[in-house]
Amino acid sequence: MNKKNFTITLLILGIVITLFAGCGKNTDRVTINVYNWGDYIDEDTIRDFEKIYNIRVNYDQFATNEEMYVKIKSGSSKYDVLFPSDYMIERMIEEDLLHKIDLNNIPNYKYIESHFKNLDFDPNNEYSVPYFWGTMGILYNKTMVDEEVDSWKILWDEKYQDEIFMLDSQRDSIGITLKMLGYSLNTIDEDELEKAKEALIEQRPLVLAYVIDEVTDKMVAGEGALAVVWSGDAVAAMRQNPDLDYVIPKEGSNLWFDSMVIPKNSEHKEEAELFINYMCETDVAYRNADYVGYSTPHIEARKKLDPKIRDSEVAYPDMESLDNCEIFHHLGKDLKLYDRIWTDITAR
Amino acid sequence: MNRKSIIAYPYVIWMVLFIVVPILLVFYYGFTVDTGAGAKFSLENFRRFFEPVYLMVLLRSFALAALSTFICLLLGYPLAMILASKDFERKNIMLLLLIVPMWMNFLLRTYAWLTLLEKKGIINSLLSALNLPTINIIYTTKAVVLGMVYNFLPFMVLPIYTVLSKIDKSVIEAAQDLGANSLTTFKKVIFPLSLPGVISGITMVFMPAVTTFVISRLLGGGHYKLIGNLIEQQFLSVYDWNFGSAISIIMMIVILISMGILSKYEEVREGGGLL
Repeated sequence: MNKKNFTITLLILGIVITLFAGCGKNTDRVTINVYNWGDYIDEDTIRDFEKIYNIRVNYDQFATNEEMYVKIKSGSSKYDVLFPSDYMIERMIEEDLLHKIDLNNIPNYKYIESHFKNLDFDPNNEYSVPYFWGTMGILYNKTMVDEEVDSWKILWDEKYQDEIFMLDSQRDSIGITLKMLGYSLNTIDEDELEKAKEALIEQRPLVLAYVIDEVTDKMVAGEGALAVVWSGDAVAAMRQNPDLDYVIPKEGSNLWFDSMVIPKNSEHKEEAELFINYMCETDVAYRNADYVGYSTPHIEARKKLDPKIRDSEVAYPDMESLDNCEIFHHLGKDLKLYDRIWTDITAR
Repeated sequence: MNRKSIIAYPYVIWMVLFIVVPILLVFYYGFTVDTGAGAKFSLENFRRFFEPVYLMVLLRSFALAALSTFICLLLGYPLAMILASKDFERKNIMLLLLIVPMWMNFLLRTYAWLTLLEKKGIINSLLSALNLPTINIIYTTKAVVLGMVYNFLPFMVLPIYTVLSKIDKSVIEAAQDLGANSLTTFKKVIFPLSLPGVISGITMVFMPAVTTFVISRLLGGGHYKLIGNLIEQQFLSVYDWNFGSAISIIMMIVILISMGILSKYEEVREGGGLL
């Protein structure tokens, strides 16, 4: 290519880029950008918000915390409200990516159950307002398992060879093994992790498959007897197949939260707080909980739910029984320890 | 300035934006480590790859892909010959049947195999209804190889078919006139002439097979980690883009080398090879 051609190429490139960059942004209404998990809201509530407050909502969805994090960290997209999980919020606070939320602007915060305030990842509750929560446990088929299920150890029982589904997710699978062995699921102690690794290698021949989203379908179809699942999926699976039951093992488990936060680069903090407050209105929280099926931390919204869900031990376990459950912490560089172990287990 | 070069601009821009820049990024990440205070040049990622556990994954990926390619060739070559023979009347229907599944999404087809092969899946329900023994290959390497062969077979058949159907029939007639029986004709004439197609077929099956991560995850039940899964894991769950990029670079190099070796065998340069 000679010089002249090169200049033309650059010119065209420049034009294309400015064309794309000019997209969006030319209404007099304020627009806020909301970034949530896929299929994690009743979208009608957003349309109602737009009508009531005359604010346009640009709604985007992500599939993993990491995907969302990359976009925020690189600053390539501006969002005003995000819905990350516990350990990710901890990380974002650590890296100074979040605005403090003024709770005076969120009067509906009073409806949040007190157990769900001041959680480990946000000890003074300055940055986040809980949206949904849940646990992790064992989903089992009562027609295939006739003993009492109360311990993670049952996943190591040779009786159930080729009947067990584990999660293909490092933190979760190693986490429950650590719990079974009596350690913290946030440990970075190499001896403890080594023991967990040995246990998982020993378990491998018994495992039918390491799965993620497919697990509920498989359990509903009776493909396996036991599976590690999140409580929200358990509720959905049990609705479809009454032979299934869910238990949080006595050794303790993982307790998780997805909360609403405002990133530092938000240009509409006030409107973002308005949106978070709106999400905590009883009726809106109820509609979302009813649509999504996960457990809501909103006291009044829970009361309005179908009694079958409202009083279900699966969706709303007794808070005292969760004493030995832990929330995942952000591990930073130490996450590589987990990756190494997981590769050692699944690559052999 | 001539016309042709103007028409080429959109492609040049396209290639720079979507091929050159991404590859440069992969190299940037592969040759650096994140020290927390910024990126630093390092070969650490490559050193790490040469640990036994990762080499094992590489070896397994190549072994499974090679096996699948071999099976595809065994099944695909005769099929291509049947399709290319003049007196086969239903050629178009056969070709259509071969191509129609490719119109469907690759992921859907793999999911379909999952439903077919499951313990209580369609095949096993049928077998047990007929009082026959059931098969249990779901979540094994057999299922992974089956998935690869099924998904990539058309890529083997089509290039061989194209080359075979272009062979000048008079060459074959000449061989027969000179007294060669059909085996000799095949060995000395047809097969050597079809080599470019075979080479393209092998390339087009082997490359996607060696890098797949969907088939091994769905049909292998996460038991058999392949190189594709390893790369995916680095990007999506560990967030170690540097190591993930380094593995990708190693894959590119290994594939380039194997393609180089293959093309040495390709004596005939002309023909209907797709690559």
